[in-house]
Amino acid sequence: MKNSPSYRPYLAGALVGVLAVLSVFATTKILGKPHYLGASTTFVRAAGLLESAVAPGHVENNAYFASKKVRVDWQFMLVLGIFLGALGASLADRSFKKESVPPIWKERFGSSPGLRALGAFFGGVVAMFGARMAGGCPSGHGLSGLMQLSVSGFIALTFFFGTGIVVAHLVYKKGNRHE
Amino acid sequence: MSELWMGLIIGILFGALLQQGRVLRFEKQVGAMLLEDMTILKFMLSAILVGMVGIQLLASLGAIQLKIKATSVAANVAGGILFGGGWAIMGYCPGTSVGAVGEGRWHAVWAILGMLAGAALYAELYPAMKSNLLAWGSLGELTLPGILSTTPWAVVPALCLVYLALFVWLEKKGL
Repeated sequence: MKNSPSYRPYLAGALVGVLAVLSVFATTKILGKPHYLGASTTFVRAAGLLESAVAPGHVENNAYFASKKVRVDWQFMLVLGIFLGALGASLADRSFKKESVPPIWKERFGSSPGLRALGAFFGGVVAMFGARMAGGCPSGHGLSGLMQLSVSGFIALTFFFGTGIVVAHLVYKKGNRHE
Repeated sequence: MSELWMGLIIGILFGALLQQGRVLRFEKQVGAMLLEDMTILKFMLSAILVGMVGIQLLASLGAIQLKIKATSVAANVAGGILFGGGWAIMGYCPGTSVGAVGEGRWHAVWAILGMLAGAALYAELYPAMKSNLLAWGSLGELTLPGILSTTPWAVVPALCLVYLALFVWLEKKGL
């Protein structure tokens, strides 16, 4: 992909569209049921597996864990694959970069890795709680939902971005952000 | 076994494309929410445009089955609002957080740990929400062509035009 940067998101995105179609077709043919791209249910299964290590009975008796079947499945491997693919691609074109505090965060909150860690952690707690309540994330509801013309996908993606826009403006535009 | 291998291979390709699209970065995700850099929107809508045509075509031919997530108005809206707020602070979504670590943005590890805690918390509170909040406005597996009582092929071309027009507008505005 040696296109000018402005074509990058379109080309890479279109290829993800092709990948999504191939994935659904291939899983239907080979596994007998379609697998659509998604990510957030894997966090439920991973949390369940971790909790099982200390309190197996507790996980077995939880209705939500039971409904999601706590195991390493197709999507779990997909999420691991995302890590490997991003690692490989970023090493290949030398865009791999160690970063402990992202630039926009630094401008607003300074260069403390601890504060960034705290923000990332609590943002993560709230976001995943919301994703599970909404029934999916920008992959499952956004990409897969909109490809299938699912009404829940349009509702969820609208509120993902709508609230994201409001909160990002409140958090990063207020006060002493200097450019 | 082939289930796991297929997931891994598709995931590796997905991760490489997310990385090459440059959408794994905090500044791209928050940049979109600040309406300064619409890279992730271009990426997502390009994927959706191509995927929509392919999926709808295969479904019309009977080659694949759709897997529609049920519409539950209260849960979709309340969950959407919570996700959006957390997303702005975290700067990653669940899929991209994992890719961001692969790209060297190791602070995304904290985002992943937070999301694991959020998933565990949700599992604990789920029984208390199941019959009230999560059930409000439960409408089943709705699709756009379904509620408009039309075929997907009336909706697909219209949405293609909307997405393409949006791309033209974004490029004009230099976003």
